[in-house]
Amino acid sequence: MLFHSILFYVFATVMIGAALGVVFARNPVHSVLFLVLTFFESAMLWLLAEAEFLAIVLVLVYVGAVMVLFLFVIMMLEVTIEAVKSGLVRYARLAIVISLVMAFQLIQLIWFRGSGGEISGGFVPNPEGYDNTKALGAVLYTEHVYAFEIAAVVLLVAIVAAITLTMRKRPGLKVQNIAEQVAVRAKDRVRIVKMDAEKKS
Amino acid sequence: MIGLQHYLTLSAMLFVLSIAGIIVNRRNLILLLMCIELMLLAVNFNFIAFSRYLGDATGQVFVFFILTVAAAEAAIGLAILVVLFRNRRSINVQELNTMKG
Repeated sequence: MLFHSILFYVFATVMIGAALGVVFARNPVHSVLFLVLTFFESAMLWLLAEAEFLAIVLVLVYVGAVMVLFLFVIMMLEVTIEAVKSGLVRYARLAIVISLVMAFQLIQLIWFRGSGGEISGGFVPNPEGYDNTKALGAVLYTEHVYAFEIAAVVLLVAIVAAITLTMRKRPGLKVQNIAEQVAVRAKDRVRIVKMDAEKKS
Repeated sequence: MIGLQHYLTLSAMLFVLSIAGIIVNRRNLILLLMCIELMLLAVNFNFIAFSRYLGDATGQVFVFFILTVAAAEAAIGLAILVVLFRNRRSINVQELNTMKG
């Protein structure tokens, strides 16, 4: 249990540090890489909470797909760093005040309202032979099957929306128009000019 | 002994940090999107912790759907961002005041 606690604190420290890096890094590429670290550490923490399936899904889907998409877009856009970060000092005081108030209230709620109540203390260990993936599947495909299908539709809509938003006709692009090529008649291409025969002088 | 309170505290810290990020990074739309991802991660932490605490897998199913919707949101958000950058040559949020009365 002590080893478990040490692991938790190590992962939590690295995760909060990486989240600070996301917010305050000067370069957007560094921000994305810090975000990858944050997701990775939270996957580790979910493993500690015995949510193994979601931890792996987080690494595969988030780190593998979404973060790479972010990185791709950032490198494609080539935004200048100096222009982007000049708002940091202007709003820093507001951000510090708001976040300190929120953090104080949330932590007070979690630790002092609940102390002596039922939420303090560790997690109850899972029963012997508990399989996280199996338990998740048993609920997902029976009770929540409609929500599952709606999630599929949401992904389809996202694909269609992303493609329609970013597709464009580029000017000066040389492409064949097959229908136009097939519909061509001889009189569109050849012009017969009547003229007198030339005489050699 | 690591329990529900530790996970909730961690999630609260992550959420507050991402709120601070949204306030500070008002210049860059990509960083705003990344801060939204961080907020969703904090919410997912709460769901996982309570699911583990109550011994009920429904919370984890919820996290599954949140991950799906967040992936869709990131894809559409980045597509809008690319279109915006093509039209305006900038992703500064404070320059996007065409509709301002």
